[in-house]
Amino acid sequence: MYVAWRDLKFARGRFALMGAVIVLITLLVGLLSGLTAGLGQQNISAITGLPADRITFAAPAAGQKLSYANSTVTAEQWQQWARTPGVTNAEPLGISTTRATTGTTTTAVSVFGVRSGSRLAPAGDRLDDRSVVLSTTAADDLGLHVGGTLTLAGQPLTVTAIQGDASYSHTPVVWTSLTTWHHTSAPTGDPDQNTATVIALTTTSGADITAGDQAAGTSTVTRGDSLSAIGSYTSENGSLQLMRGFLFAISALVIGAFFTVWTIQRSGDVAVLKALGASTAALLRDALGQAAVLLTAGTLTGTALAAAAGALVAGTSVPFQLSPATMLTPAAIMIALGVLGAALSIRRITSVDPLTALGSAR
Amino acid sequence: MTLTLTDVTLTYPDGDTRLTALDHITLDVPRGTLTAVIGPSGSGKSSLLAVAATLITPDSGTVTIDDTTVTELNRAEQATLRRRSIGIVFQQPNLLPALTAAEQLQTMAVIDGHRPATARRRALDLLDAVGMAEHADRRPHQLSGGQRQRVNIARALMNDPTVLLVDEPTSALDHERGAIIIDLITRLTHQQATATILVTHDRTHLTAADHITEVHDGRLLTSETGLISS
Repeated sequence: MYVAWRDLKFARGRFALMGAVIVLITLLVGLLSGLTAGLGQQNISAITGLPADRITFAAPAAGQKLSYANSTVTAEQWQQWARTPGVTNAEPLGISTTRATTGTTTTAVSVFGVRSGSRLAPAGDRLDDRSVVLSTTAADDLGLHVGGTLTLAGQPLTVTAIQGDASYSHTPVVWTSLTTWHHTSAPTGDPDQNTATVIALTTTSGADITAGDQAAGTSTVTRGDSLSAIGSYTSENGSLQLMRGFLFAISALVIGAFFTVWTIQRSGDVAVLKALGASTAALLRDALGQAAVLLTAGTLTGTALAAAAGALVAGTSVPFQLSPATMLTPAAIMIALGVLGAALSIRRITSVDPLTALGSAR
Repeated sequence: MTLTLTDVTLTYPDGDTRLTALDHITLDVPRGTLTAVIGPSGSGKSSLLAVAATLITPDSGTVTIDDTTVTELNRAEQATLRRRSIGIVFQQPNLLPALTAAEQLQTMAVIDGHRPATARRRALDLLDAVGMAEHADRRPHQLSGGQRQRVNIARALMNDPTVLLVDEPTSALDHERGAIIIDLITRLTHQQATATILVTHDRTHLTAADHITEVHDGRLLTSETGLISS
């Protein structure tokens, strides 16, 4: 790194320009990562927060994918699952989206219907057919406190608890009894039929899920896999991840292009160093170290700026998630891909002929 | 003998045929002596230097430095030999623009695996020997052509080589400055006891040489000392 460090200081204008590009790309990737995670949380936190390891859907028709929107399970099915060996808990869960109204305020909410006393809902023991448990966002949006009332699909209900920050499909969650949920959603068209959207299972390693599905006529996946059954999450997350992927690729390409030009520019110096006896491996190490220093400095600066921007918008309506996973993971990927791009560029050092240093005109 | 070329032949591809750059050259250069190689452009002077510097492997013949047959070494071993036993003074100074004069020399120690700080003293001593001590912290663009060439010479001596290969060191200098550079190379050859080959087209520099040989069409034609044969 002896020559590389001095190159960095001597050609600081060029490296600063390239560093600024890396900072800006990292800032963009960091912001996008925070927003992707934040938006994702608004879509899925109610599901990922469920105290269950598997989700059971009604078996989809041939050629169709699992979908929270299209699934309806019956009481017989969740009772069947409750009897299945290895299943320690099988709780029906109804999910629908409707409007909640209080006074002049109306907001869209996701209604999560559970049985009274169900451990799926926070403070589930305080739920009955005339009460609801609100997530904090729902309470804030509606301006409600414990003891307040709201109207859900025409039903007046009392807030018995405000707990958690569950959100589903970009709407805050309102926990109700399964009976209340039936009246708000009526997914089968028959409010009296004992149905739900899915069954949340807690299983042990001995549970035979395949046999259970065959017996109940259902389709069961892990809680994580069930996220792909949220239509808005799949399309939104897919688009954002694609943008992130392109940014990573563009970053590697830009860095590769810079170091290609840089290596070509200093090929005369490389020829001299080789003629003087420098080994090709040492020259490659030097150049790669230079790239790593530039990348690390640029990426860390960009990440710090993204984190600062994330901290600024925290607590506002912007769904930005500031965490090591959203900041440091993209930074690590940026550095790794950048070094790869640089490595592909500087490998041309191996083909520089030291004999050219003997020429009269370099 | 420190540097010996024995029956060296080198050809280059030239369309469908091959051009003979060196034709059965044999040359011995003892330590502490300066051998001047003269000849017209394209005669093979630079090819001879390149073969001696291990930058080209000849078609046939051997090159020996201090009992090591360098033509039998692989690329990595040749690079090691270059940095430890061969000093090259380039026609153009070929200094690295980011480095000061002292750092140009310290780089030689670094590429041989030594710490630059420990090489600083020797670098300053060598710069002093070539009259550049006052300019140790200047970069190439802050130096004149003659000063750059002095740094070039000092750099070639940094790792205490046994062989010094000098390629037209005065081509970019006026006569007066060129003479000073040749005097410097001659003095250092004797002081450092290097086996020096000086390739030049300027016959006024020949008085400084211990031995003189002329290359023409890849063959050594003349010898003023009897040490050179073809």
